[in-house]
Amino acid sequence: MTAETVIGAVAPRAEFRTCQYTGLRVDAAAQALIKANAVAAVIFLAIGGLMGLLVALTRWPAVHLLPADWFYLVLTGHGANVLLFWIIFFEIAVLYFASAILLNCRLATPKLAWVGFVLMVVGALATNVAVLQGDSSVMFTSYPPMQAKPHFYLGIILFAVGALIGCGIFFATLVIAKEERTYEGSIPLVTFGAMTAAIIAVFTIASGAIILIPTWLWSLGLISDIDPLMYKVVWWAMGHSSQQINVSAHVSLWYLIAALLVGAKPLSEKVSRTAFFMYILFLQLASAHHLLAEPGLDASWKIVNTSYMMYLAVLGSMVHGLTVPGAIEAAQRRNGYNRGVFEWLRKAPWGHPAFAGMFLSLIFFGFIGGISGVVLGTEQLNVLMHNTIYVPGHFHGTVVAGTTLAFMAATYLVLPLIFQREIIWPKLARIQPYLFGIGAAGISLFMMGAGTLGVARRHWDITFSDANLSFAYSAGAFLMMGLNGIFAIIAALGGVLFVLVVVGTVLFGEKIKGGHKLTFPLFSGGGSVASHYGSEGTIKLPGTIVLITIFFVCFALYYFINWKYLSELWLFR
Amino acid sequence: MAATPPPQRIWWNEPIERVELVWIMIAFLWGLFMFGFMISWHFIGRQNLSKEAYRIQPSAYEEKVDNFAKKYQVREEQGIPVVRPQPGSEVYLLARLWQWWPILELEKGVSYRIHLSTLDWMHGFSMQPTNINISVYPGLEHIISLTPTQSGEFGIVCNEFCGIGHHTMTGKIYVVDKKQVDAGQRIAEGR
Repeated sequence: MTAETVIGAVAPRAEFRTCQYTGLRVDAAAQALIKANAVAAVIFLAIGGLMGLLVALTRWPAVHLLPADWFYLVLTGHGANVLLFWIIFFEIAVLYFASAILLNCRLATPKLAWVGFVLMVVGALATNVAVLQGDSSVMFTSYPPMQAKPHFYLGIILFAVGALIGCGIFFATLVIAKEERTYEGSIPLVTFGAMTAAIIAVFTIASGAIILIPTWLWSLGLISDIDPLMYKVVWWAMGHSSQQINVSAHVSLWYLIAALLVGAKPLSEKVSRTAFFMYILFLQLASAHHLLAEPGLDASWKIVNTSYMMYLAVLGSMVHGLTVPGAIEAAQRRNGYNRGVFEWLRKAPWGHPAFAGMFLSLIFFGFIGGISGVVLGTEQLNVLMHNTIYVPGHFHGTVVAGTTLAFMAATYLVLPLIFQREIIWPKLARIQPYLFGIGAAGISLFMMGAGTLGVARRHWDITFSDANLSFAYSAGAFLMMGLNGIFAIIAALGGVLFVLVVVGTVLFGEKIKGGHKLTFPLFSGGGSVASHYGSEGTIKLPGTIVLITIFFVCFALYYFINWKYLSELWLFR
Repeated sequence: MAATPPPQRIWWNEPIERVELVWIMIAFLWGLFMFGFMISWHFIGRQNLSKEAYRIQPSAYEEKVDNFAKKYQVREEQGIPVVRPQPGSEVYLLARLWQWWPILELEKGVSYRIHLSTLDWMHGFSMQPTNINISVYPGLEHIISLTPTQSGEFGIVCNEFCGIGHHTMTGKIYVVDKKQVDAGQRIAEGR
């Protein structure tokens, strides 16, 4: 069976150019699609990010910016725009890059890819229109029996169909690359990671379709009833598992950026690939994370699912937590930074925004998002934080300080390599990842702090000034929400800088011609490392061992502190 | 593209680095421990969420709560009955747009079977400052055996978004010491 029979395409007539920095062959159709998806992603990031700032300023008790109806409206829009539209548009760009570009291959059926893109844009707009019309403020999760307008659900369904087409094109491109022998041996690790993301995406989108299509029909009046508990089980098979697409995608980008900027190869391909494979096997169980405080579900079901089957997916992430910094350390030592325990880290390209963003993303994802995720997802500990603002604290650690920061970092490579424009305002670009990263880490930590003190999520007024029965959270909780507001402003400044640099570069950046020297240079030979299979092999990694030891100690301490806290609660069974 | 031909080994036949192997073992054992700890907390811990729940029509549940409140009402606060059930008995709490009803007065150190359900949308039972958070569903009656270990006044907040009045949805639980209860009863009975 040839690629043509599989894909149904005619003989390839793709146009290629060769990248002067990486040596990769770049398919023109893939390049155009990567550009389109990246631009759409950044537009939705700008919209959703602005909404996020408005949310944070409203939740800052001293500012309390928006009225209640606008707050709930903007909060719904914030979730959909950043969690879904920004991230998935960018992920489609990553999939096209990891297949066509890294495998030196033409992209399968570019026309169909454009159809997918248009569907995604139309869907995202439809949902935004529904939200802005004001009668679909049901939050991103849209739990029934609360009902949104039909085009709220339809928009997400269309968007998902478009994204599914993107995944299909990724797989088809893998088939073509194999058929046309555009690479030798196994696919590179980055492509492998992207493949796990695409496989999880298919599962996720299927779950979304299973629940959102009936919910859409219900909003049209064609179905009488949606069971809320059933909805939550299936919806979160989309809602949480889609976050595992992000994990696979941004871990792949960590490896990609490490390869392009310091020439890092995985310590051993086997371990890194197995860690990705763990995600496919176990991450889908995460739906249970949202069902630990629900009636009627058995403890054994909760324990098996919430732990991703004995924490085997967490194991995957912990392995990447060693192998990504380990690969960087090994490469840096090979590059000559071999003195002491940490010279490799000190002399890393911290002035390159792609590296700075990537490494901060790695640290914040592990320490903040990862550890809090395990604690929050522990069956009994969940009762301490369920639906408190700890939950957004956790997922801003994973999705903002982790995924979004990694995607921003990757954008600093996409601009010169795909858009072929020199980055304007390099000084601003240099500080951007730090500003955004510190802001994002701050909001994560302070929301977690406020949640630990009981503050509810998705809540307009924690002073309860209009409530019949008064109640007030502790002064500490108010302090935490104020600090959250301040760090949200810092993150927003980082976000504004990012959008300015990207838009400025795309529109006005100097066009890159042959022989141009990049402001933010790549590691010579990095392109070959990223696009080829190969392990680093035996090397001593004292610095990485110190880092993961600190990580493990923090993890264990925080885990037991929460059990101590739980043991002091009222008794219930 | 590369100067040397790429290695043709299949990735799952590759060797594993020693540092990786050690870390994998540590992470795996830590995972096993955390998995086991959740199980063991069902035996050694005293905070495990009950799974006992029944399907019920919201109107039927409302009737149960009404009867319960009438039977044990001791006073009224802001137009809401304050209800002091028999120690150890069945206690009904209702969530609706936008209140927790009625106000409960419980005795410290006594276990009650607390029933939770809602009349309309999903709500989130969040008891503060103790910080116990449980989801409440329409059509499902969830029963939790709860023993207060502190006395005082506790707020119930809704932490599941339930529309424009979500942030006004509060409730209250009083927990009194045994002595206080006895004294109260003596006064009430004129002794």
